Amino acid sequence: MISFILISHDGRATTLQGAEGHSVMQTAVSQGVKGIVGECGGSAMCATCHVYVDEAWRDRLAPMLATEAEMLECTSSERRPESRLSCQIKLSAQLEGLVLRLPESQQ
Amino acid sequence: MSTSPSSPAASDAAAPAGVPVVDVDPFSNEFLTDPYADHERMREAGAVIWIPKYGIYASARHEEVRTILNDHATYISSAGVGLADFNKETPFRPKSLILEADPPDHTRARSVLARILSPKTVMQVRSTFAAEADALLDGLLQKAAREGSIDAVKDLAEVYPLKVFPDAVGLESQGREMLLLYGNMIFNAFGPRNELLMRAAEKVKPVTQWIMDHCRREMLAPGGFGDMIYQAADAGEISLDEAPLLVRSFLSAGVDTTVNGIGNALLCLAQHPEQYARLHADPSLARPAFEEALRYESAVQTFFRTTAVAAEIAGIAIPAGSKVLTFLAAANRDPRHWPEPDRFDIERRPTGHMAFGSGIHGCVGQVVARLEGELILGGIARRVKRLSLAGEPTRRLNNTLRALGSLPLKLEPA
Repeated sequence: MISFILISHDGRATTLQGAEGHSVMQTAVSQGVKGIVGECGGSAMCATCHVYVDEAWRDRLAPMLATEAEMLECTSSERRPESRLSCQIKLSAQLEGLVLRLPESQQ
Repeated sequence: MSTSPSSPAASDAAAPAGVPVVDVDPFSNEFLTDPYADHERMREAGAVIWIPKYGIYASARHEEVRTILNDHATYISSAGVGLADFNKETPFRPKSLILEADPPDHTRARSVLARILSPKTVMQVRSTFAAEADALLDGLLQKAAREGSIDAVKDLAEVYPLKVFPDAVGLESQGREMLLLYGNMIFNAFGPRNELLMRAAEKVKPVTQWIMDHCRREMLAPGGFGDMIYQAADAGEISLDEAPLLVRSFLSAGVDTTVNGIGNALLCLAQHPEQYARLHADPSLARPAFEEALRYESAVQTFFRTTAVAAEIAGIAIPAGSKVLTFLAAANRDPRHWPEPDRFDIERRPTGHMAFGSGIHGCVGQVVARLEGELILGGIARRVKRLSLAGEPTRRLNNTLRALGSLPLKLEPA
C-alpha cells in the first residue's frame, strides 16, 4: 500500500492508503473523500478530480498527457502550474508520502 | 444492409478449452426484456465466458470489463464495436472515425470532439438547456393536470434531447424524428442480424440519406457544435472529408442514448418512491440521482472489442482476432465491486460505473448527457411532490440499448 496526504481547502490533512497502480482519484473516492468527485470515472473527461500538487512533488509525477492538459482548462477552481487531475496520478512506491491540496470546488 | 450474414454459423461454435460456457442469447427478446438474471448467471460463471450461440468471448464482471476497455492496444475498436468483424466483412456504413477507430487516427478525431463537448463549452449551453427544460416541464405539469398522466417517453424523454442537443449541434428543426430512427438502427446494428435489426433497417436508405444530408456544412447553423467541426477542418486538425463523418457521430450517439438515460432514470424514480422523496426534498441530488440511474439501468448495455493480438485476461487465453463482448450493465451490478448492487440509491457515489464505457473510447458526450439528465430530474424534483406509474411501462427492445417504449406517469404537483 502507498500512503499519500490530502489537504482539504480549509487546511485539514488526511492520510490515505491506496494500492499500487490505483489512481489517487479512485483511492480517495472509494474512501469517501468529499473534495474529489471523479464523475467520469477516470477517463480525464470531466475535470472534477482536480488537485494542487505540493511544490516538492511536482517534478516527481509522470508528465501529463495532452488530454489531461486540455481538461485542466475546464476546472471549476483556478488552474495553477501545480494543477493535475488526480485520476491521472497512479500510485507507486516513488510517490510514498505524496502531498496534494484540494481546490475550493470541483463543479 | 447488403453484406453477408454476421452470425458465425447455424450450429454453435465449439468452446475453447477451459473457458466457462454460458448458453445464452444476449440479443434475444427474452434476454433484452429483462437481462438481470442472465447477467448474474454470466458473472458467476467466470471472469471471462464463452457464448456458443455467437462463438464469442464475453465478460460481465466489473474488473475485467474495465480492464478490457482500458487496454485499447490489445482490445481494438477498428474491427467494429458490434458483433460484425470488419476485418472479415464490410461495415454497413462507412466506419465511424472515433467509435470504430484506434490510435493514432482515433486520437485526432477524439481531440476535436472532446474540445467541442468539454465541460467549458457545455457550461456555455447550460442556461439555454435549463430554460428549455423549464418550459417543457411547465407544459407537462399542465398536461398532467388536464389528462391525469403523461407518457414520460413520448412527452418528455424523447422531446427534450431531440430539442436541445440538435439545437446545440445547429440542426434545422424539421424532420428530427429521423434521429430516433437512425439511433435505433445504429444501436441495433451492433448486434446480430436478427429480427430487431431487420425491422430497424427497413428505412435504412431514406434515414441514412437524411442524416448524411444534414452533416453537410451548409445545413449546420454557424457557431453550433457541427459548425465547430468544420472550423477544426479549416484549421487543418482534420480533413474536410472527415468533417461530415464526425458530425454524423453527434447525430448517431447524441440522442437515443440520452432519451433512454432520461427515460430509465424516471422509471427508477417512479419505482422507488422513497428515493424520489429524497430527491424532492433536496433537488441538488439530481445529478447523483441521474448517475445512479445510469449504473442501475444502463442505457447502453454492451459493446464489443476485437483482440489485435493474443491476449490473456483472468488466466484465460484469448486468441488474436476474437470478438469480446463487454456487458457494461452487468459490470454495473457486479457485487465484487458494488455493495448491494441491486439497490437503487441516489446517494451512492457510483464513480467508476461503465455506463459511458471507460478509457479512450469513454463517451465523449458524457458532460452533455449529465447536463440533460440533471436539468430534467432537478426540474421535476422542484415541481413534483410525488411521481408514480399510471400504468405498466413498456420496453422498446434494441440489441444494445435498454430502451423504453412508453412510461405512463402521474405527477402530483408540489
